[in-house]
Amino acid sequence: MNTNLAKYLAPGHSTCAGCGIPAIVRTVLEATKDPVIVVNVTGCLEVTSTLYPYSAWKVPYIHSAFENGGATAAGVAGTIKAFRRRNKIPAGKKIQVVVFAGDGGTYDIGLQSLSGALERQHDFLYVCYDNEAYMNTGGQRSGATPYGADTETTPSGKQSFGKREKRKDLMSIVVAHHLKYAAQANVAYLPDLKKKAEKAFEMEGPRFLLVLQPCTNLWKYATSEYVNIGKLATETNFWPLWEYLDGKYKINWATEKPKPIEEFLKTQGRFKHLFKPGNEHVIAEMQKEVDENWRRLMNLAEVD
Amino acid sequence: MSEDWKNIEEGAVIKHDPKKSPKTGDWRYMKPKVDKKACVGCGMCFGHCPEAAIDYDDERKADIDYDVCKGCGVCATVCPQKAIKIVSSS
Repeated sequence: MNTNLAKYLAPGHSTCAGCGIPAIVRTVLEATKDPVIVVNVTGCLEVTSTLYPYSAWKVPYIHSAFENGGATAAGVAGTIKAFRRRNKIPAGKKIQVVVFAGDGGTYDIGLQSLSGALERQHDFLYVCYDNEAYMNTGGQRSGATPYGADTETTPSGKQSFGKREKRKDLMSIVVAHHLKYAAQANVAYLPDLKKKAEKAFEMEGPRFLLVLQPCTNLWKYATSEYVNIGKLATETNFWPLWEYLDGKYKINWATEKPKPIEEFLKTQGRFKHLFKPGNEHVIAEMQKEVDENWRRLMNLAEVD
Repeated sequence: MSEDWKNIEEGAVIKHDPKKSPKTGDWRYMKPKVDKKACVGCGMCFGHCPEAAIDYDDERKADIDYDVCKGCGVCATVCPQKAIKIVSSS
């Protein structure tokens, strides 16, 4: 065991072989020297890291429910504030409240509680690991599932090409709350994720990180491939790396020649049906969506 | 009387105890093996390993803790030197 890396989240958790979530948690928590309190929303991370009687967490950790990550974090941040007022916590000592939530607990079920906490400007960092479906319960579609994906509740077949709706643009929703810092990252680019987490930890008020997390079970690929597939998501512009700070957008990774979306799709079983005759229009539509999103982002971003 | 609540047992609090940790190494059916001659000790595999199972040995080469390694093979994929090979566990 690497004791340096296991300072906050120890091995012994039961995430699937080849899951990237622990790497996200460790990289984010490594980015601060302050004491942290972790709030965890129901999801893969929660069920796999807290199997009774064992807990993989070495930091104070709260799990309450699926829909209230934001509210729980607001409560913890409020408690810290009250303790500070009563001189129970020294004025100079910063305590970080970090929420870890999946896309189900963020895009869908926990959205109102996240929105409330962002709007009230509580002092916390919200990290969403986005594996693009409800994986904890076996792979049902979520608001984060991309167009055309085959999931348990949007099965592909003669009548259907998978999910018919487009993915929710969560980053725009979050940025609309006038927060200071929000960033989109990818587990395949850990140094970039760490830099963003470091930046976020230095600030006060609500901060948000959305991290792509390829899932071996839903996306259907070999357990050894999460880094390669994550990289393809960014190289095809399906998942650009960018950040929002004080009203300014910045793209962190760009290429002159992005790969066609097929390069990303063909690595995964959930998009296998799109390569059958008759489904060409779905891939064309996905490429169009990716190009449009990228153009919109380019227009928002400042060129360095 | 009014202080009785302080004696209530903290039933819901679970502390991290490595002794209770499941040995996830028994999930493994394929085994990553480090070729110590080819490994340059760059540490690329450390952060991406889901179990944080890889650390330096005495010669600054990657060393895998098979008690927790689930055998996913991510380390072999990210190794720039191709120094980690996946072999059958038996």
